[in-house]
This record gives sequence, C-alpha cells and structure tokens, in this order.
Amino acid sequence: MRRLIGDPPLFAIALALSLYGLSIVYSAGQTDVPTVATHAWRAQTIWIILAIGVSFAIGKASVRMLDWVTIPLFTLTLLGLAATLLGFGCGAGTAASTKSWICLGSHRIGQPSELAKVTVVLMLARVLSAKKDPPKTLAELWPAALVVGIPWLMIMLQPDLGTGLAFIGIFFGMLFWAGVSWPLLLLIASPVVSLIGAVNVWIWGAWFIILIVLVYRYRPYLGEGIVLVVANFVMGVLAPILWDRLQPYQQKRLLTYLDPTADARGSGYHVIQSIVAIGSGGWFGKGYTLGTQKRLAFLPAQHTDFIFSVVGEELGFVGVTLALSLFLLLLLRTIRIATRANDSFSSLIAIGLAASWFVHMLINVGMTLSLMPITGIPLPFFSYGGSFMLASWLSVGILMRIASEGRGGRTDFAV
Amino acid sequence: MSFHPNDVARRGRTASFIAAGIIAFLLAAFFRTQVLDRARYALQSEENRLREVPLPAPRGIIYDRTGRVIAENVPGYSVSILSPSADSLREAMRRLAGTIQLTPGEIELAVRRYKRAPNRPTVILSDAKFDVVSVLEEHRVEFPGLIIQAAPKRFYPDSTMVASIVGYTGEITEDELKKPQYEGYKAGQQIGKGGLERYYESDLRGREGVRFVEVDARGRVVREAGARQDIEPLAADPLQTNIDLKLQEYTAQLFGDSLQGGVVALDPKTGGVLALYSAPSFNPNRFVGGIPADYWRELTTDPRHPLYNKAIQGTYPPGSTWKLATAAVALENGIVKMDDHMPQPCTGGYQYFNRYFRCWEPRGHGNVNLQQAIEKSCDVYFYQLGLKMTLENLIAGGVRLSFRERTGIDLPSESKPIFPDAIRYYDERYGPKRWSRAVTLNLAIGQGENNQTVISMARFYTALATDGTAAQPMIAKGTAKRQRLFSLTPDQMRGLREALAGVVEAGGTAASARIQGVVLAGKTGTAQNAQDPLHHHAWFVGFAPANDPKIVVAVMLEFGGHGTRAARIASSIISQYLNVVPTQMLETEGD
Repeated sequence: MRRLIGDPPLFAIALALSLYGLSIVYSAGQTDVPTVATHAWRAQTIWIILAIGVSFAIGKASVRMLDWVTIPLFTLTLLGLAATLLGFGCGAGTAASTKSWICLGSHRIGQPSELAKVTVVLMLARVLSAKKDPPKTLAELWPAALVVGIPWLMIMLQPDLGTGLAFIGIFFGMLFWAGVSWPLLLLIASPVVSLIGAVNVWIWGAWFIILIVLVYRYRPYLGEGIVLVVANFVMGVLAPILWDRLQPYQQKRLLTYLDPTADARGSGYHVIQSIVAIGSGGWFGKGYTLGTQKRLAFLPAQHTDFIFSVVGEELGFVGVTLALSLFLLLLLRTIRIATRANDSFSSLIAIGLAASWFVHMLINVGMTLSLMPITGIPLPFFSYGGSFMLASWLSVGILMRIASEGRGGRTDFAV
Repeated sequence: MSFHPNDVARRGRTASFIAAGIIAFLLAAFFRTQVLDRARYALQSEENRLREVPLPAPRGIIYDRTGRVIAENVPGYSVSILSPSADSLREAMRRLAGTIQLTPGEIELAVRRYKRAPNRPTVILSDAKFDVVSVLEEHRVEFPGLIIQAAPKRFYPDSTMVASIVGYTGEITEDELKKPQYEGYKAGQQIGKGGLERYYESDLRGREGVRFVEVDARGRVVREAGARQDIEPLAADPLQTNIDLKLQEYTAQLFGDSLQGGVVALDPKTGGVLALYSAPSFNPNRFVGGIPADYWRELTTDPRHPLYNKAIQGTYPPGSTWKLATAAVALENGIVKMDDHMPQPCTGGYQYFNRYFRCWEPRGHGNVNLQQAIEKSCDVYFYQLGLKMTLENLIAGGVRLSFRERTGIDLPSESKPIFPDAIRYYDERYGPKRWSRAVTLNLAIGQGENNQTVISMARFYTALATDGTAAQPMIAKGTAKRQRLFSLTPDQMRGLREALAGVVEAGGTAASARIQGVVLAGKTGTAQNAQDPLHHHAWFVGFAPANDPKIVVAVMLEFGGHGTRAARIASSIISQYLNVVPTQMLETEGD
C-alpha cells in the first residue's frame, strides 16, 4: 500500500472530500429549470479521475526533483499570467469580464492562477529554505515578498481578488512556518490593519501608536521604517478620504472591478439567498437533491462559488459538520506531514499547500454565511472546475511524496 | 529557516490549533444559522418558492321565508397575474392590454395592489367575460404568470326588486383594507358593500382557500399543484330571512318606475321584515365585479337618488301618522279619554295668540271626540290636545316611544330619526326666548322638529297592532327583542284600533283603501316638507286585520301628495299578503 500511496490517510481524506464534492456537484445540477450545472457532474467525474492520476504521477517525482523544476515552473507560471494580461486572457461564467483564463480563439485552455497557487508555494519554499536563519528584518523579507508579490500583482490585474487573497494567506502561513516572529508578521500586515482600522479614527490612532512602538523596537532600516509608516498613513488616512471623494457609482465601479462576481443583482441578494438556503436546512437538511432554494434557482453559482450553500440546504448542519470535519482532518494531516518532513524545503511546501487550502476553505465557506466578502473563490475538492481540481490533487501528490520521504514515511524503510 | 524538530513541532501545534479554532468558529456560525435561526430562514425559503393563489369561498346563499333564493352564486372567472416584480407586472399588463382593455390607470392600480401583497396573484379582472377568458387561454404560454380561475360570482335573481334589502358586493377598496373591521382581508377579495351583504359580511363571506403554486427565482410558475397541500375554501352557511319574496316583488311592481319612496312591511308579532323597498331602485348585479363607470354616473346623478334607501335612511316629517303617538301618550297619562271632546270645536282652524293654525279641512270637523279626530285626522283637536298635554309631556312621550332611536334593523346605515330630547332642544336651536310654545301645536300633528324614517314609523305601529310593545325589525330569522313603548288598558287599545279602522271606512281619510272582508286599520299622513312646499310627502301606516294584526305596512311616497295614495299602495300590499281583494270605491280626500 505504502509503495503505491505515499500517505494513505491523506489520500483517503482527499478522496472522501472529492466524492462528497462530486455528489454535491451532481445535486447542484438537479434544478427545475435546466442550468449550465445540469451536466457538470459528468465533466467533474472525469476531472477527478484525471486529477488523481496526476497526483500519482507527481508522487513519483522526488522532492529533489521538485526543487529542480521549481524555477522553470515558476517562470512558466509568470509567463502564463503575463499571457492572460497580454491579450490571451478571457473570462468565464459569472466572472466573464475578467481575464483569468488563457484562451486560444474561443477555447479556454486553463487558468494559470490555479497553477500559480502551487508554483508560488514551491518557489517561496525554495527562497525561504535557502537561508539558515529565519528572516529577522524587513530587508531580509524582500526576496520572499517579490516571489509572491509579482504573480499576486498580475492576478490582481486580471482581476481575481479571491486568488489574490489566497496568495496573501500562503505568504503569511509560510513566513510563520519559516520562523518569522509574530511582531514582524504584524508589521508586514500593518497597512491592511490600517485600512481596516480606518473605519474609526480612534481605533486607527491606537493602532498607529502600536505601530510606532513596533517600528522602534524592531529598528528596521530607515527606508523601510519610513515606507511602513507612510504606507500605514496612506491606508488609514488618505484612502478613506479619497474613497469618500468618489461618486457612489465610481466606488461601485471600482468594487466591481476588484471583484466582478460580487453583488451582481444588488443589495446582497445572492448572499441573502445563500443564508436562507443554509438556514432553512436545519439539522438534517431538506434532503439530497431536494433543496428548494437550489432547485428554483434562488441560489447563485450553486455548483461553483456557492456549492457549500447546497451542502447546508440539503444535508443540514450534519452535512456541514461532516464537510468541515473532513477539511479539518485534511489540514491536520497536512500540518503533520509538514512537521515530519525531512527538510525545510518540503516542510515549507506542505505548510504552503495547507495554507492555500485553508484560505480557500475559510473565504468560500465564510462567504456563504456572509462572514467573508463575496469573491469568486472556489472550495477545494467541491467546486466544479478542472484547473482547481487538478491543482488540489497535484498538491495531494506532492504531499504524499513529502510524507513518504519524511519521518515514518516509506523511505525510512527503503533507505 | 530554523528547522529544529522542537520548533517545528511547536509551530505545528500552533497551526493545528489555529485551523481547529477557525473551523470551530465556522461550525458555531452554521449552528446559529441552521439550528437556532432555522424557523426564520425556513419561512423565508417557503415565501421564496410559494405563491398563494386564493380560492374564493362561495358566499352564503340568502333565502326568503319560503326558501326562495334572494342572493346566490353563479360561475364566473377571475384573471390575475403572478409576478416577481412590479416592473414585470407592468410589462405583462402592457402586453395584455393588446388582448383585453386596460387603461394606464388600471395598470398602476394593479401595481399598487401588487406591492401590498407581492406573494399573491394580482387581480386584473375580477369578473372576466367568457370570450375574454377563452382568448386569454389561447395565449396562455405568452403570459407565464397568468392565472385564470373559476370564481363564484354573486347573483341576485330578482335584481332591482331586492336591492334595498341585500345591497351588493364588490371588491374591497384600499381605504376599507385599512379599517380594523376588515382586518385579515386581502386586496382583490369581494365583500358586502351594502344591505344584508354588508351587515352579515362576517357570516356570509365563508373561508377563503389557498392553492400553493411553486415559482422559481424569476417568478415563473414551476409547479401548479402539489407544492403544498391546498387549503380548500369553505362555503358560508346560508342566511335565512323573514322576507316574503312574493310580497317584495309585488311591492316593487306597485312602485313601478314613476313613484319614489319607501315601504316597510313587518310582522307585528315577530318584528320580521316581510318586505322592504326603496324606489327607485338599482341593479345590484351590475355592481358585482366592478360597476361600469356609466352606470355609476347614472345612479349618482339621478335626482331621485336610487342609492339612497328611502325606507331606512331617509327621514321625513311623519305628519298625521304621528297623531297616534300624541294620542297614545295622552291616553297613557290620563289626559284624555277616547270620547273626550276639546274645548273648541273644529271650524277649520285654531287661533293661538296671534297665529291662526289651519285644519287640513277648511270646512271644519265640528265637535269631535278623540276617536273621530283620528278617523278624520282633525288637526284642531290635536292642537288643543297637545296644548293640554304641554310641550314637556309631548316631548317626553315621543322620547319614550323611541322616536329618537334607530330601530336596530339588521341593515347598515339606518338613519337616526330627529326628535327633540327636551325643551332645551328649542333653546339650542333657536336661542332661549326666541321661540314660542306654538311649536307644541306643530309637534302634536307630526310636523315641526320631527323627522322619522319609514322603518321607525312601522315599528311604532307594531306596538299599536299588538300590546304596546314593539319588536325590533329583523330581516334575518331569529328571535327579535321586544320593547314596551306604552301601557294602555285593553279598552284604550281597542279604542285606538277602532279609530284606525275608521280611517279606512266610509267617512275616514283613507276610505278608498278599504279591503273586502278584512278590517284594515291605519293612518294617513300628508307631510309638508321644506324641499318642495307644493308637493307633500304622502304617508300611510297601518295594519290588518285590525282585530288580529298579521302585517304592519308603512308607505311613504316622496312628494307623493295626499296620504290617500300611500294608503292605496299599503292596502294593495296588505291584500296581497293576506290574499284578499282591495276595494277602491270611494275617493275621499283627506289628510
């Protein structure tokens, strides 16, 4: 068994999630008026089989080989992303106005941003594991920031806010794993904290004082310190003022640009219908394929972004608990693989992939209850879509390889 | 990076802890939404998918005393539209306007209705003609939200002849919906708008049923049945009435097109209303499903006021018919006896200080007693009787005889009669010392500050026809309340009845209204009115047979001239009811 499957528990969890997801994709197609989702389950079945095949194939490649291909793959990713921005990009579905797909003619080939979720992890792991000590100053973080920042910028230009958020999650997760201290992480995140804190001048004032203390304590280089303080000032003071000076339609246009899938019908209609669907599910749900919100098309994007609402409506709190428990098991198993990895490179890869899944899960599931902003971000193993399914199982393959090379893995016995 | 196993294990624990914590937080959020708030969202989800199509309940059938139908339901059609938004409703109606006539005003009205109850179909036509329905059925696919339904429609077989009793039904208005009495009603429902239909609305309406239709997010009907168990409509129980439909029809025919006025026929023993008619009448069937504008204009501009119920709403000076009230009070108080004479015989008038009060008979009635004074309706006698009683007693007597009260007939909008409550009434009306006791003379003969409804006079005569107690007039079957108006000895009662019978004998004022084989007792009245001094209101109130009254009839003809004409109509109604032949032989003019 071990010879074939690097880490049976991980494989079992991922398979369970995929089958659970497939059954929900099938149900999502069961509507009173046929939609694009009607036959999605057939394609999804093929994608899953293909993806599992890919995971076995990648499992054959040693971590060392991954190390070799990291730079070429990362370059390829950057080229792909650049291609989407240079005229080969096109949109799909609710995000038709964006350019996250590479298209030749009218054929959509794939989404480089899905590939990027893996290659950025590889590249960042490579950069972070190259140094013996964890970055202690902002200056030491520049290479890592560039590895994530360049593809992130290109993705935000597509634009694809959801994937952009995932990158931020990956970045922080891996920095944490690399041993970067909490206060330094906080410093990096400070402009965002400023933006959030800008809603209230007192909150922002308090935060700014904390920031000054942190800057003083960590004594970054003068330039960095100035950049930090200025960035916080811009986000906390100038951004709200500029935002207020925009006309409402301009604000809306900007928000729509940042996230075309958000609020298509206005006043949060979609997310309200999602909450109604989930809430009306109760303990045990309305029954598999029988969700009325879904059947009668009250639920938007029921096979992609809002697939978890179908789980909530048809299988109730029990179904939700089962799905979230599987995700927790997936994360715990991946973290375990990371802790038992042979070297820092593999360990960082494992944690980066875990962070990616975690952010996707958190934003997607949180969005269905309006706990998170509505962005077009898929739920791993559930949402209909080939690229992301491939990327997720690619991750599983890499993790199984890392597990088999790590402590308690197959290589322990082999070597 | 620092990759010491201890560091990695510690970070692993932290990472696991964060993952577990956030997933626990998500689970808590789902628990709140799915378990704690489930009821609210389940309701919203049902409201999302279900539209309630009302199934109107058949209104209660109204029967007369013999089981003949006064009001029933016939098959009709209503057309309504289920719409996801006001805009799409407007659009659908604009397209419908090609098939059926819809004005922009009607479209906006429908949109207002829609906004009040967006989950119910908006009624476009509450009474659609069959040809319209068949055209719409043909084009059904073009209008996905269109709902064509069989809806019971109110029908009154006797049409104008029963309008004064039943009233009519119509769609509830926006103003009515705001009233507390119509709580629970919904736009588009039919309600009783007048007469019995309105008075017994809560008994007649039945319980509306509901059919649940399933719609999708765009408001398209996905499932017409079976989305949820229908609630069947519940027909209301029939309403049994005291009305004698044959008599009602006969009465209506007597009035024809030319006469205007009101009639009430009561059973003196039970207070049951045998017939009630106001002329001219209107066609209640044309009100059902929305009254055509031209018919409404015709009714409201008619100077004879067809919508005004002259039997219960109109108040008129009762004239000489009220002399019996004067007599009854005087007898009860012991001021006069049946054979008492007054100091001055009638010489055609009476001098009261500086004013001369005429008797209707310029030749005078000579020296008459109370019985003769009633028979001949001698004004001079009653002038003196009134003065003898004093104004105070006259007013107090009228109040005690309930001439200030509504009769309480089971019809809406009965008017309250006008009658002074005390001397101070005159002070308030004319100012203290600005009126003279001469009002006594007018009041004693039923003129002056005294306006009665036809039903009010009819009720008073039921007391004369029985034992001094009057029954509350009731159209619906049931036990009516009786109220004592006066207490007279049997001799006094007999005397009054004989006098009333004398009215309809040779030499009485209504001799022409005699009925063969039946002793008819009654009193004519010719009331002056301010609206038209040349044309008096003609009254007759009476009962028969005099010794055992089975029917009391009050007839009032607006601007009808002499009471004799009213007497002849009353006589015909009574003959019809008692199934005997009236004899109209002697033409005696009288008041």
